[in-house]
Amino acid sequence: MSPEEERIKVPERSPEERVNDFHEVPLGYTPEQAMEEAQRCLECAKSPCIGGCPVEIDIPKFVKQIADGEFQEALETLKEFNCIPAITGRVCPQEEQCEEVCVMGNVGDPINIGKLERFVADYARENDLEETPEIEETKEERVAIVGSGPSGVTCAAMLAQNGYQVTIFEALHEPGGVLKYGIPEFRLPNDVIDHELEYLDELGVEMRMNRIVGQNIELKELKDEHDAIYVATGAGSPRFLGFEGEDLKGVYSANEFLTRINLMKAYKFPEYDTPITDMEKVGVIGAGNVAMDAARSALRMGAESHILYRRTTEWSPARDEEVEHAKQEGVQFDTLCNPKKFKGDEDGWLEEIVLYECELEEPGEDGRPSPTVLEDTEHSEEFDTAVIAIGQQPNKVFYENAEGVDVKEWGGIIIDEDTRMTTEEGVFAGGDAVSGAATVILAMGDGREAAKSIMEYLE
Amino acid sequence: MHKITEKERMNEEMTRIEVEAPLVAKKIKPGQFIVIRMHEKGERIPLTLYKKDEEEGTIQMIFQKVGKSTHELDTYEEGDEILDVVGPMGTAAEIKDYGTVVCIGGGVGTPEVFPLAKALKEAGNEVIVVSGFRTKDLVICEPEIEQDACVDELHITTDDGSYGREGFTSHVLEELIESDKEIDLVHAVGPPIMMKVIADITEPHDIPTRVSLNSIMLDATGMCGSCRVEVGGDMKLACVDGPEFDAHEVNFEELMQRITMFEEKEEEALERWKEEHGGCCQ
Ligand SMILES: Cc1cc2nc3c(=O)[nH]c(=O)nc-3n(C[C@H](O)[C@H](O)[C@H](O)COP(=O)(O)OP(=O)(O)OC[C@H]3O[C@@H](n4cnc5c(N)ncnc54)[C@H](O)[C@@H]3O)c2cc1C
Ligand SMILES: Cc1cc2nc3c(=O)[nH]c(=O)nc-3n(C[C@H](O)[C@H](O)[C@H](O)COP(=O)(O)OP(=O)(O)OC[C@H]3O[C@@H](n4cnc5c(N)ncnc54)[C@H](O)[C@@H]3O)c2cc1C
Ligand code: SF4
Ligand code: SF4
Ligand code: FES
Repeated sequence: MSPEEERIKVPERSPEERVNDFHEVPLGYTPEQAMEEAQRCLECAKSPCIGGCPVEIDIPKFVKQIADGEFQEALETLKEFNCIPAITGRVCPQEEQCEEVCVMGNVGDPINIGKLERFVADYARENDLEETPEIEETKEERVAIVGSGPSGVTCAAMLAQNGYQVTIFEALHEPGGVLKYGIPEFRLPNDVIDHELEYLDELGVEMRMNRIVGQNIELKELKDEHDAIYVATGAGSPRFLGFEGEDLKGVYSANEFLTRINLMKAYKFPEYDTPITDMEKVGVIGAGNVAMDAARSALRMGAESHILYRRTTEWSPARDEEVEHAKQEGVQFDTLCNPKKFKGDEDGWLEEIVLYECELEEPGEDGRPSPTVLEDTEHSEEFDTAVIAIGQQPNKVFYENAEGVDVKEWGGIIIDEDTRMTTEEGVFAGGDAVSGAATVILAMGDGREAAKSIMEYLE
Repeated sequence: MHKITEKERMNEEMTRIEVEAPLVAKKIKPGQFIVIRMHEKGERIPLTLYKKDEEEGTIQMIFQKVGKSTHELDTYEEGDEILDVVGPMGTAAEIKDYGTVVCIGGGVGTPEVFPLAKALKEAGNEVIVVSGFRTKDLVICEPEIEQDACVDELHITTDDGSYGREGFTSHVLEELIESDKEIDLVHAVGPPIMMKVIADITEPHDIPTRVSLNSIMLDATGMCGSCRVEVGGDMKLACVDGPEFDAHEVNFEELMQRITMFEEKEEEALERWKEEHGGCCQ
């Protein structure tokens, strides 16, 4: 590759250093590096990259602005499409989205769109570039948003920008959804999230924490006080494997493991009150982003950390960067390996995981090969901690108590594809609560579309 | 922020607090609980409703000092503020006219029995309360249950016989059953071992029995699975599916194992806290 075909590398902290703390891993571009990377962009007339981005950011425009050193302008471009670029720049699966279709990818490395996005947002934050957003003429109509994850906040921001009176109701004591309780700080620092959320504050969005709709406040009450409602309750309910020994001590759902560590800061126990058990060897079952986060967190808690995965690493649904970072840090990938049982000692503590080897068959309809368990390969391996990271489903607290809102069998809220309205008049929904566990940017895209639908509905 | 409007040390181990939480007060029902987080570094701890005053917008809880968080909460005084009070959590107890109901409270389970017994009495039931404590000095809520809840019978037991009947609550229940008393429902709240014994007693007699489980909770919104318990062979979340369940379906062995999961850490936290506070608040 000629130099122009190669990406400008993003400085990162060394694996040896970073496994000892929860600080962020990639350091981000300097202005010079960002400009140099941005100059590689071909400014393609058809710009396929835009189509690769679920919220259709005008990528060539903001990249050109970076190339010209116009960081303020680049920020404005980004914010037109995406109210939390510091977050998406860090967590989007870029290699499957904007960067996958980048024309530069045909001859060399695609433009590092994610890291450029992150650069602009970070630069703006660190240099106080941001201006108070302009709000269109204020309107009377009130909109309630249920859930403060990426989908809820995106919808809230867009409605508030258009002058609507917006209130967010959030079940937990902190806003941000998965961004806060799930994704660890070494990938997405809390101060970055908090700063992005300040934007909502500036827009006059009201935040009500500790409000669990369907539990301590009813949908009906929200309806009485608001003209429309957007439900973005996510897919936060853990799935379990349903096999023997799952109730042993030392066996966690990924949600519990990560919530203890991230939201409740168990890694700072006993300075913070919430505990997590000591761990020497952790087996994480699954290989998606959630599993990578759990496995890398386990390393930082001082444990030996294994990913137990039925397929091979190339089929991992996690972002490439996460798999890469996990490997560098020393997470061991035990692939073609299917856990079947947890075994415990007489006090009810996990002692061993019973495993089977697998073989991959030809790819099925979804393009992924299905694993077959090889029956005579049963063996056990010692683990004192297991984390189940096989997916999440929508939390029933909302939908079981939301009269008129119908859901699919697995709990996904049913919406009209065109209007984004649920089966209940004036109640809209989107994000993981509708799609099942997906991605930050898709949840945000839903939030934008829903905001448009709500505005049409309220006209 | 939620101001503490009243605080009373009831005995060496138990403290009653009244807290401003108008939204919770408006909605919370017997059998439901709240979650508090005292400050930024605090954990989320569940406490059950004892009393409420809708007009004043206050709720009351009684807690027992067991570990760091409850010891620390005991240092909060009238006028101090608690960062988060979330609730109501969990499902409310079903209140209707069953006939004769025996409500059993073990130790700090007794305050939960109070609103329950009161509501059951108001719904037309004959209500018998059996309340057990280790020793005389720990007995609480006696006048409330007798006079405010107007129950038909109140039996107090102490393990050492220093007050009321000597023995366990289960002994009184056995006697009631032996006396051919027609019992339509038993509701027990207390240590898991007590609830298990009660369940074992009522099962052969086919007496419907409910228990309120105290599994370890984290978010208490149904998103972590920390509180999972096996009920009727299925996995249930105590925070949202309960905390009340059919006693005869609960796997108590599992519950008793799981609630010790953080024991080592809890001891460490309490030791450290006591050191820092010079043992002044024993
Ligand atoms: C550990 C982990 C790592 C991930 N990593 C990535 C990644 O690298 N890249 C990526 O793109 N995606 C990632 N994802 C997926 C991504 O985070 C989600 O798809 C996205 O957050 C969904 O957004 P949302 O707004 O729909 O829901 P959520 O983020 O789940 O937010 C929902 C919010 O609603 C609240 N809520 C729920 N019920 C109620 C109720 N009844 N009343 C009030 N509030 C309620 C919840 O407390 C929560 O705050 C990851 C997910 C996890 C769990
Ligand atoms: C639904 C429910 C209602 C409750 N109501 C009351 C009440 O009205 N009064 C009262 O005194 N206690 C009540 N408890 C128990 C109370 O929550 C615990 O005593 C408290 O969390 C202990 O915190 P700690 O730091 O002082 O003790 P720790 O040292 O942390 O723990 C001591 C013991 O308390 C239990 N415990 C610890 N953490 C939790 C947790 N997060 N959730 C549940 N149990 C835990 C464990 O069994 C543990 O061994 C209730 C528990 C539940 C689940
Ligand atoms: S939001 Fe995500 S997909 Fe869109 S340009 Fe940014 S990194 Fe790419
Ligand atoms: S496809 Fe790639 S090279 Fe072309 S405009 Fe988009 S980012 Fe630039
Ligand atoms: S406490 Fe988390 S699911 Fe019940």
